[in-house]
Amino acid sequence: MASRPSRAQLQGATVTYRVDWVLGTDLLHGRCQCGAERESEDPIELWQWLTGHPVGHEQSWSSGQPTPHDLVAVGT
Amino acid sequence: MRTEFPRNQWYVAAYGTEVSRRLLARKICGEAIVFYRTSNGEPVALADRCVHRQYLLSASALDGDLLVCGYHGFTYDAEGTCVKVPGQHRVPRTARVKKYPVVEQDSFIWIWIGDDAAADPQSIPRAPWLAAKDWTTVCGMEPLAARYGLLVDNLLDLSHETYLHGGYIGTPEVAETPITTEVDEDHGIVFVSRHMENVACPPFYAKSTGIEGRIDRWQDIEYRPPCLYLLHSRVAPVGVQPGADGDDSGAFHVEVVYAITPETETSTHDFWAVARDFALDDESVSGFLAESNRTVVLQDVAALNLLETVIVNEPPGYQELSINIDTGGLAARRMLAAQIVAGDSMHAPATAATG
Repeated sequence: MASRPSRAQLQGATVTYRVDWVLGTDLLHGRCQCGAERESEDPIELWQWLTGHPVGHEQSWSSGQPTPHDLVAVGT
Repeated sequence: MRTEFPRNQWYVAAYGTEVSRRLLARKICGEAIVFYRTSNGEPVALADRCVHRQYLLSASALDGDLLVCGYHGFTYDAEGTCVKVPGQHRVPRTARVKKYPVVEQDSFIWIWIGDDAAADPQSIPRAPWLAAKDWTTVCGMEPLAARYGLLVDNLLDLSHETYLHGGYIGTPEVAETPITTEVDEDHGIVFVSRHMENVACPPFYAKSTGIEGRIDRWQDIEYRPPCLYLLHSRVAPVGVQPGADGDDSGAFHVEVVYAITPETETSTHDFWAVARDFALDDESVSGFLAESNRTVVLQDVAALNLLETVIVNEPPGYQELSINIDTGGLAARRMLAAQIVAGDSMHAPATAATG
C-alpha cells in the first residue's frame, strides 16, 4: 500500500469506509471508520458488511486501532 | 412516487457561455426549462411552458427582460410572474411559471431541481480550475442517449480506458493496477485512486506534456454525487515525487471534470472539461486536448448508447456480475440510491399554476 496520504486524507475528508485492493492478490481489504476490518473477494458482500455498521463489526476490530469508545457511531 | 434520479440536488444545466440573451431550451431531470440572461447579465431559468396553452417559451422572444410568449403574447418577468395577457387588463393571479434557483459558478450554470426552500448555494460542489487564471481549460458537452447511471459506472471504473480508449488515454497498466476506494459519508464523496508507477505514457499525455519515456501516473477520482465528477490526474517522469513541502512543480496536472446531468430517465447531458496547469498559452496543446478528449467522450457515448438499448429491454431482476474494479462504482451507486430516497421523501417540486 502506498505510504503517502490518500487524496481523501489530503483534502481532510472524513473517511467512513476504505477498500484497498490488496496488491498482488484478488482480495479486497475493507476498513470501517470504527476500526473493524474484513477481507473479501466480493465487492458487493464487502460493501454490505461495511455499510451494515455496527452489525458484525465488534468482532472485527484489529489490534492497534482505535476502540469503539474512541469513535462516534457511523453509518447508522 | 420513486424517481430514477435524485431530486433536491444541484445539477449543471449549461456552461455560462451557453446562456445569453438568446433563449436556450434544455430538459433537466425531465423538466423542460428555458434559460436566458437579463440585461444585467443574471442567468434566469423558467419552466418552458406558457401557462395559457403550453406553448414553448423557448420558441418565443425577449422584450427587454420580459419573456413574451410567441403564441398569444402572455408576458413573464424574470421571476416567472405573468405581467401581461392579451386583450384584457386583469392578469390572473395564478398566472406564473416556475422559476428555478440558478447559480453561476466555475464556468457552469447550476440549477436546483426540487423543493426551492431546500436550495442552498453553499452546497454546490466546486471545480475552481475551470475558471482559474493559472489554468487553461477546454470543454464541451455531448448528448448521451443513455441513463446517467451508466455514465457514473463508466467514470468510476477507469479500467475501461485500456479497452475502449486505447491509443488515447488507455494503456495496459490502467486495467492491471489495483485501486483504493474511500467513502466520505458525511460530505457525500466517493474517492477512487489508482497510482501507477513506471508505466507507458499514453498519447494524450505524451503529446500534450512533451514527456518522452515512461511516467508515474496518478488517477485520483473525486465523485460528488449526483452531478460532479473530478479526475485529478498527475503525470510525471518516473521518480519525480511531490516535495515534503507539497511542491509538485515537477509534475503535470490535469483536472478532468465531468458534470453528469440527467436529461430524462434514459438520456443524459455529458458535460466534460479538461483543465491543465502547463502550456497555458499553447493553442496547439489546447486543440489537441480538446479533440482527443472529445474523441474519448464520443467513444464512451457510443458504448453507453449501445448499452442503453440492451438495458432498457432487460427484464427486471437481471443479475450483474461485479468484481474488484467495480468497487468505486458500487459505492457511487449506493450513494445515489440514498440520495434518490432522500429526495423523494421531501415534497415534490411546486408545479406551475394553470391560471
